[in-house]
Amino acid sequence: MIFLTRRAVFSASHYYWNEAWPAEKNQQVFGRCANRNGHGHNYTLEVTVAGEPDATTGFVVDLKWLKNVIDREVVAAFDHRHLNLEAPEFKSAIPTTENIAVAAWRRLQPAIDEAGGAKLSRVRVYETPEIFAEYRGEA
Amino acid sequence: MKAYFGRRYMVSASHRLHTPALTAEENRAAYGKCNNEHGHGHNYVIEVLVCGQVNGETGMVVDLGALDGAVRAEVLDRFDHADLNRDPLFADRVPTTENFCKAIFALLGDALLGAELEQVRVEETENNFFEYSARG
Repeated sequence: MIFLTRRAVFSASHYYWNEAWPAEKNQQVFGRCANRNGHGHNYTLEVTVAGEPDATTGFVVDLKWLKNVIDREVVAAFDHRHLNLEAPEFKSAIPTTENIAVAAWRRLQPAIDEAGGAKLSRVRVYETPEIFAEYRGEA
Repeated sequence: MKAYFGRRYMVSASHRLHTPALTAEENRAAYGKCNNEHGHGHNYVIEVLVCGQVNGETGMVVDLGALDGAVRAEVLDRFDHADLNRDPLFADRVPTTENFCKAIFALLGDALLGAELEQVRVEETENNFFEYSARG
């Protein structure tokens, strides 16, 4: 089994706020991340697929195809967007790095499954070079 | 949903690779310039990976402030600007980055991180790194 990873970057803004909580609790739990006008990051997305190299091409997947899937399914939806206001999954979930990783997985998996080759293995999202979250499709 | 959260820290520390189990010549052969008598230093990057269910109220696996506090108390304050060979953890083992990685995993495994410790990676330089995980 070979694990192949493609990186992409997107820049987006967000804030952390739980509508079920009073303002004071939001500010206490989320600190500066709760500033209601939001703030931004340069996110790095790492998409890893797993499979066997094709006997003819030697590819696990065509990287150009994977790049296009990532651009279409994730980057187009998140890049230069305000995640709380413009991404439908964050109407009901806080756009933490963890939830962005889960959202990216859910956006990517149907297209990768449909292609019938390599399987999506993990999605890692770097919020900064020092902070990242990863989702591996686990319950 | 189970997700993973990773955080990268840095400590600057010195070490010397030398074991009393070997002769001076054997130490030299095994460790090369890492055996130089007065030691040398690295900027170690310590990457801590924890896991757990994404909390429905916060959207988080772990409270970053709590994680940072635990790592600072257990690891960063202990090793930053220190000589690893003089730490009691390395009294009877060589402070290779393999052993440093396992020592950090053990220190953090006993700490209250707020989530389950999955893996510790220590990058000794940009070109080499070591990982130790909950799988042993």
